[in-house]
Amino acid sequence: MSGGHLDDTICAIATPMGEGGIGIVRVSGPHAIPFAAQIVALRNRCDLHRAHNHRLYLGDLLVPKRQQQTSPNPSPERLDEVLVAVMRGPRSYTGEDVVEIHCHGGPLILQMACEALIQAGARLAEPGEFTKRAFLNGRLDLTQAEAVLDTIRAATTIGLRIAQDQLKGELGQRIARMREELIALLAHLEAGMDFVEEDVSFIEDREIDRTLERVLDELSRLLETADQGRIIREGLVTAIIGRPNVGKSSLLNALLQANRAIVSHIPGTTRDTLEECLNINGVLLRLVDTAGLRDAADCIEQEGIRRTNEAVHQADLLLIVLDGSHALHPQDLELLSLEPEKRRIIIINKSDLGLQISESEIFGHLRNQNFFSVPPQLVCLSAKTGMGLDMLRTSIQSLALGSSLEAPHSILVSRLRHKTALIEAKIGLEQARRALARGLSSECLALDIRTALTALGEITGEVSTEDILDKIFSEFCIGK
Amino acid sequence: MALQCDIVVVGGGHAGCEAALAAARMGCRVILLTIDPTKIASMPCNPAVGGIGKGHLVKEIDALGGEMGVNTDKAGIQFRMLNRRKGPAVQALRVQCDKRLYGLAMQRTLMHQPRLTILAGTVDRILTHRGAVSGVQTDSGERIQAHCVVLTSGTFLKGLLHIGLTHVPGGRAGEPSAEHLSDCMKDFGFEVGRLKTGTPPRLDRDTIDFQAMEEQPGDDPPKPFSSRTRAISNPQIFCYLTHTNEHTHQIILDNLHRSPMYSGIIESIGPRYCPSIEDKVVRFADKARHHVFLEPEELDSRSFYPNGISTSLPVDVQEAMVHSIRGLERAKFLRPGYAIEYDFFPPHQLHETLETKLVAGLFHAGQINGTSGYEEAAAQGLIAGINAALKVKNDPPLIVDRSQAYIGVLIDDLITKDTREPYRMFTSRAEHRLLLRQDNAEARLIHIGYRLGLVSESTFTAFQRKQERIEQELARLHRTTLSPDRLSLEAFERFGIDPPQSHTTLAQLLRRPDLFYRPLLDCIGDHGIEDEELIHAIETRIKYEGYIRRQEQQVARFRKLEERRIPENFDYDSVKGFSSEVLEKLKKVRPSSIGQASRISGVTPAAISLLLVALDRFRRSADSPAA
Repeated sequence: MSGGHLDDTICAIATPMGEGGIGIVRVSGPHAIPFAAQIVALRNRCDLHRAHNHRLYLGDLLVPKRQQQTSPNPSPERLDEVLVAVMRGPRSYTGEDVVEIHCHGGPLILQMACEALIQAGARLAEPGEFTKRAFLNGRLDLTQAEAVLDTIRAATTIGLRIAQDQLKGELGQRIARMREELIALLAHLEAGMDFVEEDVSFIEDREIDRTLERVLDELSRLLETADQGRIIREGLVTAIIGRPNVGKSSLLNALLQANRAIVSHIPGTTRDTLEECLNINGVLLRLVDTAGLRDAADCIEQEGIRRTNEAVHQADLLLIVLDGSHALHPQDLELLSLEPEKRRIIIINKSDLGLQISESEIFGHLRNQNFFSVPPQLVCLSAKTGMGLDMLRTSIQSLALGSSLEAPHSILVSRLRHKTALIEAKIGLEQARRALARGLSSECLALDIRTALTALGEITGEVSTEDILDKIFSEFCIGK
Repeated sequence: MALQCDIVVVGGGHAGCEAALAAARMGCRVILLTIDPTKIASMPCNPAVGGIGKGHLVKEIDALGGEMGVNTDKAGIQFRMLNRRKGPAVQALRVQCDKRLYGLAMQRTLMHQPRLTILAGTVDRILTHRGAVSGVQTDSGERIQAHCVVLTSGTFLKGLLHIGLTHVPGGRAGEPSAEHLSDCMKDFGFEVGRLKTGTPPRLDRDTIDFQAMEEQPGDDPPKPFSSRTRAISNPQIFCYLTHTNEHTHQIILDNLHRSPMYSGIIESIGPRYCPSIEDKVVRFADKARHHVFLEPEELDSRSFYPNGISTSLPVDVQEAMVHSIRGLERAKFLRPGYAIEYDFFPPHQLHETLETKLVAGLFHAGQINGTSGYEEAAAQGLIAGINAALKVKNDPPLIVDRSQAYIGVLIDDLITKDTREPYRMFTSRAEHRLLLRQDNAEARLIHIGYRLGLVSESTFTAFQRKQERIEQELARLHRTTLSPDRLSLEAFERFGIDPPQSHTTLAQLLRRPDLFYRPLLDCIGDHGIEDEELIHAIETRIKYEGYIRRQEQQVARFRKLEERRIPENFDYDSVKGFSSEVLEKLKKVRPSSIGQASRISGVTPAAISLLLVALDRFRRSADSPAA
């Protein structure tokens, strides 16, 4: 259905993701102003609805505190001081009403602003959609038309590639499994309605409910794990691990020197362990058990292992430090493949002392890359001289924001899109369960399940009526 | 001298009858040409009209002022409302008909229709002048001049009947096929495809042991299809149910090499939902038995139709197979089963009006468009007849869309989906199913029939009165509040209903799935209304309110895309960036709107974005004055 809802109000982060002084979130469409007014309060008792065109206003970005679905009325939280510009159509980039919110950079804030706008009723823009609207509304002249087409085409190609990459992974497979289950369920329901006179064995309500519950559980789990937004919002919990004296503390200090994050309050996180916060290329890194790191040398070995395991267990990202000036130790090899579902960067430290370990040697030990959920990255550096630290920062950024640095913007967007689709699917199936409990008829259930399938279809490709009919004809002997 | 008229309808099947009647009723002079006028409106396959999805189509035909519903009521000998215990959207009427009565009643209606002439003849050629229809030529060389031609030739185009490994040309058992017309169509540039369908043998009633079978009664009292029907006058009969068994299946498996399908003689595609018994036994080898329904074909004949064992095996195998079935051990054959292969014109070659894209004024309806079923044929015949008449009168065409009717779903699917098997209607094909109910067919469509002059003043007024009563009663139910302290609780107890705990409107109470209009009103001593049909409509509106509202929102979104029309002369080759597959499909179908384009299989969302941008550029350049 994409490209169709031209009367929707759309929003997106309009500046490249990553480090930057200012980041802009753009909203465009008939409800741009009311939606923006829900997340921005202007200072000096100004009202966004009455703001002058093309003028910058000072305001506060307000978003609901923590996304606690349980609390009925989350009081908004002041997130950032922002500048807001209203450009009413047709005198705007897209030719529609446009609001631009200039935030103080950082993917965290921008992402939250976008999500708040979506909650207000906006839709995430398709790749190239602002430009497309600009063209459709006559804001671009004909000489620019070819360029527009190219933009859309390029954006679509990237989107397609990202989608394909992700579909090959675990997420895709798990969604495909849910989709199969729902198609089979729908085929049963439809066969029971369209072929009632046939010799079709019907599915019982209990069985339907069990299937719905199973898929719902899976959706909830995916929503928890596939939630890239959490990492961006709350930071990437990181453990630096390695044998004693490989240079963990000097690496920490080297990173801290330049990048110590000034964080007064991190929404929704408990600080039960000692931690340091780092801002690496716009990604918030929270280092767990840094105390343990510093004391490592004094620790007896048992305690060291216990602490390492603890830290690894909590972490989203593992920085595995090896002493490059010595040959690999059997314990190093164990560390390399700890908890394979986690992101990891293998750091060959002390490059200034001459390397005894080669990259190919490491990769030799990581032969089976499919073993890991996210392919491990490898960086050679010297914590002492600072050589290679930039490489490390780039690696961290790419692991946090996605697999490619060419278009980090699209990658994030596509993830948020996935999340939206998963939530929609979940709502559909919850509705189906309620309909079942209320004793509503199969047509209603079928409508709810189709809603869920359509939502999943945004990720895996559309499910057509033919798919359902194929399933029916392959499973049931129809034809009296 | 050549005959002259406004519209020639070729073929006297269910599509042809509706087309001819609609066009004549709209004021056109119509000639209905058919090979044998005594065979008009015959039912060559099962003796029933309606069923799930199909019954919806009949209700819609009726609401638009078509004939099938009324005619079925005249010929019906068993009426059954299917899915009575399921929701309102999938309930549908199925009527066993007396085939002879059905044909006679329809023939009588056609003969009494002013401006309509029935002629016997086979059409050999469609005559054209400058790319538009000018008439037809029959096999005797006679020419008939006309502004429009509606082609409804069913399975007669190069029809080939198969029984075992022998095959003979024919349109139906014992009737000749039309051999020349499809060549003439190929010369116009039409793509021709081939499909297959089949029918079971007919058995002699006096040799069937009904005692050994399960009786299948109809509804009592029977409810008619049409609101125009006053009463059902035919005696009502039973059908009977028996089953195949493992012995039956063994006989079939042992003789598969003598089946035209499994020996490779028939290569065209048959319907998956109506497989031959050979197919069922092979594809569902684990099923120990299959249903066989015994249905009478006529009250006054001995012919019974064994529904479920369509076959094209050789006659001796058919007999052995039938005789292995309980109750049919001594059944005498009146006619063997057969398969038929026939030419059809893949329907992407049609506009939504059913006019062909290649020849102006030529309309196609029914089985030649690759559909199966009397109801699907009649629905298309009606639309083709209406649009031919509108074209003759120079009025804008009638396009029924997917959100309005199953008829719209049918035609849109035919045009956009690459049909590879005979198309039959299912409710699961309608994405707005909860809105397309048989109970609201009149509310959806009768105003169109009325505007076209196909629905009489009195029928329309009766409908309006019904609607008013529904709306009034709905308003009253939403207005009337019950307060718990002033209720007679024992009445609720007597009816086994949980009494409301707080101030509640009657409408809110009716939302409870277990609570229905009549018991609730009885409970509080309220008379309300009596008409069951109206009560059903009211309950549906209240109980499914949330879902209906959601579907209405979906329809609003659907409409937006339908309203973005694509000009007929749009040049898809001028758009850069389509994949070759997408380009080929778009050029083949030439969709009329963005919505329709998005439904063509294989056309991606990205392609639709490109198309939107290109269309806008097209519009702008067309608007701006030439340099």
